[in-house]
Amino acid sequence: MSVRATIVSQFEVVAGEQQRRLAPLTDDLKLLQSGLDSLSFAIIVARLEDELGFDPFNAEEAVEFPVTFGDFVRLYENSAG
Amino acid sequence: MWLWGAMCADGQVPAGAFHGSTTVVRLAALTGASSLDGRLEELRGRTVLIATKDQLTAALALIELDGVARRIVLCPPDLAAAYFPGVIETAGADAWVRDDAVPEENGAGLGVEVKAQPALVATSVNRQRSHETEWILLTSGTTGAPKLVLHTLGTLTSVILYQQARRPAASNAPVWSTFYDIRRYGGLQIFLRAALRGGSLVLSDPKESITDFLARASAAGITHISGTPSHWRRALMSGATATIAPVYVRLSGEIADQAILDNLKLAYPNSGVAHAFASTEAGVAFEVGDGLAGFPATLVGAAGGAVDLKVADGTLHIRSGGNALRYLGEQFAPIRGADGFVDTGDRVDLREGRYHFMGRAGGVINVGGLKVHPEEVEAVINAIPWVRMSLVKARRNPITGAVVTAEVVLADETDVAGERPQGAELTREIIEACRRGLPAHKVPAMVRIVPSLEVSAAGKLVRPSA
Repeated sequence: MSVRATIVSQFEVVAGEQQRRLAPLTDDLKLLQSGLDSLSFAIIVARLEDELGFDPFNAEEAVEFPVTFGDFVRLYENSAG
Repeated sequence: MWLWGAMCADGQVPAGAFHGSTTVVRLAALTGASSLDGRLEELRGRTVLIATKDQLTAALALIELDGVARRIVLCPPDLAAAYFPGVIETAGADAWVRDDAVPEENGAGLGVEVKAQPALVATSVNRQRSHETEWILLTSGTTGAPKLVLHTLGTLTSVILYQQARRPAASNAPVWSTFYDIRRYGGLQIFLRAALRGGSLVLSDPKESITDFLARASAAGITHISGTPSHWRRALMSGATATIAPVYVRLSGEIADQAILDNLKLAYPNSGVAHAFASTEAGVAFEVGDGLAGFPATLVGAAGGAVDLKVADGTLHIRSGGNALRYLGEQFAPIRGADGFVDTGDRVDLREGRYHFMGRAGGVINVGGLKVHPEEVEAVINAIPWVRMSLVKARRNPITGAVVTAEVVLADETDVAGERPQGAELTREIIEACRRGLPAHKVPAMVRIVPSLEVSAAGKLVRPSA
């Protein structure tokens, strides 16, 4: 599964578990308007680390926090690089 | 000292305003108006539960009741109905202030009920101090039931007053804001910083988006703002941090790592960015403004300040006038040790002249500023018939500092024939069981089925030290 597909799948699973209505995951969707809260993002990042084997937030240098869904996917794709 | 008296120092009426998400209250109006349905005098000398959903209503009740009530018990907005009877009994409450969003049944047995609202109603009020009011804060205990922590206005403000006495008041009064709820220690400190000087405060609202909150804070002209690292990460993710231009940005309630400090310095290059350490029991320990994670080792053992720090058995200990006095209830050990220090339970490690926080001793997990006791989560998991035992731990997380994870050992299949789900259903059912019995931040983010867990010679689960 591609990095993007893995991320999309985790967003959907966690939204279901947290009983939150997920907005359509377009690249320009603002993360905070996706329907998920901080705890949901925390769970997504933890599970993605298990699935993909890395956590891009835990890099040596401070990463710029993603604002849109597209930023979020790119952050992972670039780290997978 | 009492709060209204301090707000009216030198005979001035307070100049500030408190901003809720829908209502703004000018503090000066409290001289001839009240949010307590004209019934303030009925609460004089009583032990009063403040249980409102709305923060502004709670803030006004605190201002009105300090010096009037014998004791005020500050209930967090998410206090579960099941815990009310225990809190009422332990505190000896005989009255309460609630709003429409809190069910009447929660206050069963309380003689006096006052329905409060964030809007003030003109009435004659006798703002006279008659009591040295005790302030009771709630903090989470290992069983999930809250522990009641006894403070006074004196203990809660000791570090604030020490600092204010040493820093000249700014010519323009600060306008404070906080992402925190003021019913928790970190938020209450901000409430008091604002209120003591009759200043202004912009309160958050869980129903409001972060973008809207920051826009409202900006419109109110905020100069000082505080939140946990998790709050600030969320603010950075909103893309709306530029909405405000504070002179002072504060982090507390969780470990501030270098990444979040760097990110905030980038977002607010002209602001002072400081991280503070405090706990409900130990009070405020320090504030560090040098942009680096951790705190200088020179603070430990330093004499002459408002707060004494020491490191013993690997954890930070605090002794100051800001320490809580004790827990209410017979069953708890004293908060302060024989030498007057409070063990925060936060483990620190000395590296190159700085102490760095390493997480909690005793395994308490901090998820976005909210405490989780592993035992409480394990109890829910262990109640599932086909589970033998479980171990709940923290896992580091860049969004909320930590998330909860669980390792679970299943009971022998022969003992639970037919009941036990299979495959992925197993972990899903465990998470579902936790979701039914626990608030969201305590539900494990991931569950791993393991063949066994290490048990010590004393028969206890071996818990990770970090």
